[in-house]
Parts: sequence; C-alpha cells; structure tokens
Amino acid sequence: MEQLFTLTTLTGILHSTIRLATPYLFASLGETISQRSGVLNLGVEGQMLMGAFAAFFVVVTTGSLLGGVVAAIFVGALLGLLMALVSVSFRAEQGISGIGMYLLGLGLSSLLFRLTLGSVQSVRGFAELALPGLSSIPVLGPALFKHSLLVYVAFALVPMVAYLLNRTTWGLNIRAVGDNPQAADTLGVPVIAIRYATVTVGGAMAAMGGASLSISAVNIFQENMTGGIGFIAVALVYFGGWRPVGVMLGILLFSLVSALQIWLQLVGIGIPSDLAVMLPYILTIIALALAPRRTGQPAALTRPFNRGMA
Amino acid sequence: MFKRGTLVVVAFVLAVLLTACGGAPAAPAAPAATDAPVAAEPFKVAVVMPSTETDLAWSQAMIDALRSIQAEMGGEAAMQISISENMFNVTDAAAALRDYASAGNQLVIAHGTQYGTSMFEVARDFPEVSFAWGTATDTGEAEGFTNVFSYNASAEEGGYVNGVIAAMLSTSNVVGIVGPVEAGDAKAYIDGFEQGVLSVKPDSTVNKTYTGSFGDTAAAAEAASTHIAAGADVLTGSAQQVVGAIGVAKERGALWLGTQSSQASLAPDIVVATQLYDWTGVLKDIIAKIQAGTLGGTAYDLTLENGGLKIVFNSAFPGVTPEMQAAVDTAIQGISSGVITVLP
Amino acid sequence: MRLHLTSPSRGTWRLWRAIALDALMPFIAVVVALCIGALVLLGLGKDPLLAYGAMFRGAFGTASGLTQTLAKATPLILVGLGVTIAFRAQVINIGAEGQIIVGALGATAFALSFAQWPGWFLLPLTALMGALAGGLWGLVPGLLKARLAVNEILSTVMMNAIALQLMNFLLRGPMLDPAQIAAGTNIPQSAALPAQVWIERVVPRTLFHWGFFLALALAIAVTILLWRTTLGYRIRAVGFNPAAARYAGIPVATVITLAMVLGGSFAGLAGAIEVMGVHRRIVEGISGGYGFNGIVVALFGRLHPLGVIPSAFLFGGLLVGADQMQRAVQVPAALITALNGLVVLMVVSSAYWSQQRIARRQSEAARPSEAHAKDEPPLDAHLTPDL
Repeated sequence: MEQLFTLTTLTGILHSTIRLATPYLFASLGETISQRSGVLNLGVEGQMLMGAFAAFFVVVTTGSLLGGVVAAIFVGALLGLLMALVSVSFRAEQGISGIGMYLLGLGLSSLLFRLTLGSVQSVRGFAELALPGLSSIPVLGPALFKHSLLVYVAFALVPMVAYLLNRTTWGLNIRAVGDNPQAADTLGVPVIAIRYATVTVGGAMAAMGGASLSISAVNIFQENMTGGIGFIAVALVYFGGWRPVGVMLGILLFSLVSALQIWLQLVGIGIPSDLAVMLPYILTIIALALAPRRTGQPAALTRPFNRGMA
Repeated sequence: MFKRGTLVVVAFVLAVLLTACGGAPAAPAAPAATDAPVAAEPFKVAVVMPSTETDLAWSQAMIDALRSIQAEMGGEAAMQISISENMFNVTDAAAALRDYASAGNQLVIAHGTQYGTSMFEVARDFPEVSFAWGTATDTGEAEGFTNVFSYNASAEEGGYVNGVIAAMLSTSNVVGIVGPVEAGDAKAYIDGFEQGVLSVKPDSTVNKTYTGSFGDTAAAAEAASTHIAAGADVLTGSAQQVVGAIGVAKERGALWLGTQSSQASLAPDIVVATQLYDWTGVLKDIIAKIQAGTLGGTAYDLTLENGGLKIVFNSAFPGVTPEMQAAVDTAIQGISSGVITVLP
Repeated sequence: MRLHLTSPSRGTWRLWRAIALDALMPFIAVVVALCIGALVLLGLGKDPLLAYGAMFRGAFGTASGLTQTLAKATPLILVGLGVTIAFRAQVINIGAEGQIIVGALGATAFALSFAQWPGWFLLPLTALMGALAGGLWGLVPGLLKARLAVNEILSTVMMNAIALQLMNFLLRGPMLDPAQIAAGTNIPQSAALPAQVWIERVVPRTLFHWGFFLALALAIAVTILLWRTTLGYRIRAVGFNPAAARYAGIPVATVITLAMVLGGSFAGLAGAIEVMGVHRRIVEGISGGYGFNGIVVALFGRLHPLGVIPSAFLFGGLLVGADQMQRAVQVPAALITALNGLVVLMVVSSAYWSQQRIARRQSEAARPSEAHAKDEPPLDAHLTPDL
C-alpha cells in the first residue's frame, strides 16, 4: 500500500497518464473539429485501426517512421473523405454511417494485415525523447518530458486546434456551419466544402491516433488492437464540451484514472481487478455529472445540410 | 412510402416462415454412423474459436496443431480443416457448430469453454459426429453422451516452471504479470507462476494486474509499461492480448515468458521460454479413436508429464544458463512425480 | 400515411413505380456492396458465385439457414425496438450492449434464486426481471441526461464497459457455476437455468425459439405505445421539438428518462430471452455485437417499430449468411466484417437517392397540372425523428 505513495510511483502514474492520453488526443481533437462543423463521426475506431495498420505496414516494409506517419495521415484522410461523401453529400444518418465506417475499418485493417504480414511482428517505433533540461526536473520531468515524438505532437495539437477554431476565419466558418448551416450558406460560407474538410482532417487525426499505438506506444499491429479507444474518444468530445482544452482535460482525467487503476491492482490493495478496471468509466461519468453545466453542442450536430430543404 | 415497402417485406417474411416451419422437420437426415473412413475420403475436422488463427496464443495453438497433423497425414487430401475464427458471439458459434456437424465433418472442435452449452446441445442431435471442447473436463458421460471429448490444460504446471525461470532471471526481484480476466485457464497459469517465483525467491515481489479483456492489446501494453515502471524486469501474461505487452517489453528490454503459443518469433531477444500447449498428441489420439469407432468419452489433460505441455526455450535467447536448465528439469520432474504440488 | 388514389391510372402507375424503386433502393445498395466484395473474393482466389450462393442459401435458402436467421433476428428486433423508442425522444442509445448484459445477468440471477417456482409463474417473471435490469441500466444515462445534462453517447459508452466488467466480476465469484468450482476449472459461466424457464424451440434441432414471436408481438405493442398512447405522443413530441414540448406542458426531463428506461428494458429483455431461449445460462460473449447491430436495424427500419421487423430479418440474414460464407469458402472473418461495413455504408447512402426522387416528385406535384401524389409527406431520408 505504501508503495502507492512513493515518488517513483507518482512519476510512473503521471508518465502512464500522458502516454495513455496520446491516442485519445489525436482522435478526440479530430472529432472535435468534425463535430464543431456539425458532423458526428462515430467511425473513429475504424479509422484508427486503418491508420494503425497503414503506419505499421510502411514501417515494416521501409523502416521509415516518417513514411509511416504519412501513410497513416493519407489513409485516414481517404477514409475521412469517404465518411464525408456518405454523411455530407449523401446526407446519411450519421450514427449509422459511423458504425459502417467502424466495421469497414475493423474488417479491412484485419484483412490487409492477414494478406500482407500474416503474423504478429514488432517494429522499432518512435523512441522516447527526453527533452534536455526539462526532463531533469524532479518527479515531473521524467513523467512529462520523456516521451516519444508523437506524444509531444498530440499535446501540441491542443492549442493549435483551439487557435484554429477560435481565432481564425476558418474556425469561425466551421463554427457557423455547425451551428446554423442555412444562415452560413446565406452569408456565402461554403457549407459542404467546410464539412468535407473537417471530416477529412478528423479522419487523418484519428488515423494518427492509431499510428501512435502501432508505431509508438506498442510497436506491434494486431487485429482490433484499439479495442474500443475510438468510441471512448468520441465520448470524451462530449465530456470536453467541444472545446479542445476541455477535451484534453477530460482525456487527462480518464487517462489518469486508467493509469491509477493499474497501479492499484499492482500494489494489491485488494479491490477485485474487474472493479478496478471499471473505475475510469465510472469516474468519468461522475465527473461530468458534477461539473457545472455548460452548453456548447453545435446546434446542427448530426443534421445534414440540404440547401433546397431549409 | 416505407410502410408499404414494409408490408411487402413482412408478407415475404411470413411466407418464408411458413415454408420453413413446414419444411424443417424433414431437413437434416442423419448419415449412417458406421461408415468406416475410406482411404480416399479425407478426414474432415472443423474448429470454432473465439479469436483469430494468428493470435499467437489460444487459437493459434490449436490451428498449429491441426496443421502439423494435416501435414503429417498427407495434406489436404488426407485431412480437411474448416475454421470459423473470431466467433466471440456465442449464438453465432452455436450456429457454426451445428452447421459443421451437419456438413459431414467427423470431428467438430468447440475451442472455447463458452461454447460448451451449445456444443452439448448439438452433440445430442448429432450422435454420429464426434465433438471435442476445451478447456474443460466434462465429457457429458453422466448425461449419457458418448460422442464428446474434452480437453484441459494444467496451465498452472508450466506457469510454475515459468515462474522458476523468471525468479532466476530477475535481478530486481520484481516480476510482473499481465493478466486478462481473472478466471479459468489464465488464472490457473498466473497462480502457478506466482508459486514458481516464490519457490525460488520467497522474498521477491510478484505484481499482478488484469486488463479485464482477452483481446485488448493496448491495455496489455499499458499494463506492461506500468510493471516495468514499478521495477519489474521479467514479465509474463496470458491470452491473445499479450502481444501488446511483448511489444512494450521488447522496447524497454524486459524479459518475457510466454504461454499457449510460442511467442519467440515476435521478440527473439527477450522471449526466454514458452509453455507451449501442444494439442497434437490429444488430437491424434482423438482422430485414432474416431477412426476406430469410438466417438467420445475421454477427458484429456495436457500436463508436463504427458508431454502436452512443453517448456520450450527460445534458442535465440542467449541468457539461459545450465543452472537454469537444471532447475527447470528439477521442477518438471517434481511436478510430474507429485513432489511439487501446484495449486491452480 | 394513407393513399388517396383518385387520379387516373397514369398517376397510379407512377406512384407504384416510385414505391417499387424506393423499396428496391436498399437492395441495389447491397448488391453494389457485394459486387465490390466479389472483386476482393476473386483477388483471394475464391469463387464469388460459390461464396454468395452459400451466403444466400445460408441465410434464407435452407430450412436450417432460415431458422438461424430468425434466431438471430429475435434479439435484433428487441434491441432495435429499444433503440427506436429512445431515438424517437432524440436520445441516442448506444448502450444496448451493456443493457443486454445486465438484462441477462438479472434474469439469470432471478431464475436461479427461485428455481423451485413453477414455470408458468417463473418464466414470465424471469423475462420481466431481465427487462427491469436493462431498464435500470438505461435509467442511469436517462437521469444523467435529463437532470444533469450528461450526454447519453458519453454515458452509454461508459456504461457498456462497466456492464462488461460487472459480468466478469459476477461470473468469477458470486454467480460462478458451482460445478466449475467443484471441478476447479473456474471457467466464467453461471449455472444452467432451471428447465422450467427455458423457452422452447419452435423447430427442434435449431436455435429458433418462441421468443421470436414475443418480439413480433412487442413490435406491434410499441407501435401502439408510440402512436396510440399519451406517453408515446409525448415521446414523439419531445423528439420533434423539446422546446415546444416543454411549452406545451410536457415534462420533458421525465419523458427523456422514461424513453431511455424503455429503451434499456427492451435491450435487457433481449439479453434475458437470449439466455432463456438459446444458451440457458450466462456465458462469456452473450452480447456479441447486438448493441451496434441493433442500432443499424433500428435505423434501417426507419425508426418505425414495424420497420424493425423486416430490417432485423434482412440484416440478421446478412450476418448469418456471411458466417455461412466464411464456413463455405473459408475466408478470414475480417473479410466478412469489412463487407458488413460496406453494406451498411452503401445502404445508408442509398436513402439519399430515394430522397432525391421524392424531392423531384414533389416539385412535379407542386405544378397544378400534375396533382397526383400530392399528399406524399416530405419523407426525410436522413431519419432524424422529426416526423
């Protein structure tokens, strides 16, 4: 029990939290952009799996990590385009098209894995990169500043997405399209084009989330390796109230409790393991229930835009 | 608009339904059970399993065994294998078992304990087909079944031996276990492993965590990271999720002890040894019995003594010392002769 | 929607052609998806005709395949009904997976506790307990949404994970089969249900049980609930426009909570029926994908309780047939999953083409000379419940 209160443990928990948060950050931030423009993409999980596979495959065959990242972004953007085609152009019900995307990504990534690689193997992925100076701060240094490159990129995306949404004309248009597409259209904002862009970017970011597992955190690819992260990532967008910083805080809370429950099991304080695994899910719900109410839901979320049928 | 479409489809459904009810009882005619397998006819076996055939664990161990027997018997012409993988939905698995039984397979393997209930139901309807399921110890003899084999693995035995190896390798005297769900085969292995570690170094720390899932690779990876951060330098784990843990162990240079399938191919530098589930012996015996006309009734148990469980050292791993080898042999002999009792 | 076919035969013909095309659209979408799949099959060196032949026969073409489809449709209808009710109040219930698990747990625990009770009493109560447990699992996100503005997508995703771990916990201790403890194998499953609560099979030697007809009856009951009762009216009003509903004096929070409870209880009932009719005990993997598939079924059924029936039958058939195809031509399970995803994407997109044609017809109808089909409502193809 006392093992839980040592500095090593504290560093360990924080380090885990940051690492665990990474795939969620990529996926949730992408989803935030997409939802702010009014499109719910429930297919994040499938896009993550395809990204994980694409990145892994390129790293296995070429050894180039950069190539892996590019492959993930490319494949993710492609699936994002497909999602936009279905959800924006064909105005499909977004809950259902997301499930279709999930199944397609799950199946296709597994099938391609089986046909190309055939067996589980590992790669040399992104190595941990200790930031000089910062990483030697006691306790916090090794916890926060000794991670692989993709972890830093994920966190750097938070202010970037916040800036994009809140401080740029692009962001203004995205929010306008998400809140009132008819009005935005009247003002000459290209509703369809903007939704295409956000869903495509969202897909690319989800795929990066997958790649952050397969070529950074775990360094293997296995069928269905994300195991539900994509769905939690969508849920955490709601937690964060569609604001990048809020989303990040939600992710950090979820990751912190996830890391903590592993340590609780590890030091053996006697809670049944199944109940420990439940903790992050329960606490996330409770935290949101207790948080002050805030609205921020894009008014036109899940509503397709149809100029003729205003 | 849709309602009329709906009506049409409902009418169609009802029509088909009526046809089905009328036609069903005549459907599955039982083939003669006494037909001795003709040499020209391949032996037909079907397997239904919960994960994929490339999981490097539970399902792959079975497929590897079937394929090696197939090769030995003379390939596709002598033995035909049908596989339904990823059958995590038990209702679908039940349907698959029934189909395979009616499709002329001589042996239908329900490779997952959760399929037991469905398997017995199908076995009652197809007394001429032989069934095998595991891990389990029940052949249904008490209920009058004569066409069911069961197979079990005394995973705790190899767990114990792996624990002995882990204790000898560990310099930090902290070992970590990445468990899936705290039940069945995985729990037996993990309990045995802990006993093995403590038998060598009673004062070492054995840290156990469970991910709550058999297939969550990412969660297993995080558990492994946590163990390493807590000072563990030797890890083990069970179920198909462990590939994630092995990936992390490789990255951080922690050593790994495997179970079920050989995991050395994934990380030759750090996988020290694997407790291999070798189902070939069991399967060969079952096939021989079926060909001799006995369709069930035997409960198999893989143990170190009968060679079903094998401790296989990874030849690419350099750190195996003669003392370690000797300790493993002593442990295996002790377990086989009953001197060492491992509690599952 | 009633027909007023007063215009001459030319109008009638056009209308029927439109209806036929509309009903055909999802099938065309499926065919297109399967054609793409055929290319993949060819690439894998498998004969697509053989594969699809096996698929169709496996789902609808043989007695055993058909019974499997009906067995599969049973939980899909029930879950689909639950999703439909919730969706009508604009609550997106993706928590069916967890509600099924909890329903199965509740029913099993109840039946095992009162195993000495007679079947005529215990059997309906067991099913009811499943519904109650599922309803309770729906009550939590319902209350959270109605009272604390916690989004239901978030809470139901989390509740699914919690239900799964709850099952893990119960099945390795409190509810573990005593026979497993005695044998020392500790395999996570409950004891078998007392035989008097087993739902009999309609066709022996198949999985097709009488629960299917219960599901059919409930689909009719939900139709009545939604269109013939005050609660149903309120649910639809809240879904149509919560602000207006509140203004009209409808207790919106209560209605939202109730819709979620009803949704959960249908999924819970699906879990109970699955246990009583198929497995006769709880085993690992009891919920296996019904949660998501139920959403697909509900939305393909156009969120109408009666639409859920053919939708569940056809989608269930697709799933069953795909499994058959895996067995017949031995392709990786992944191909089946990918194909499923493609079918869902194609079918959901096909609604667009129907909508386009309806729009065209309406613009024609707007012209005074062509007054036929004037009473066609502006059917929204994107299915948000603003009907």
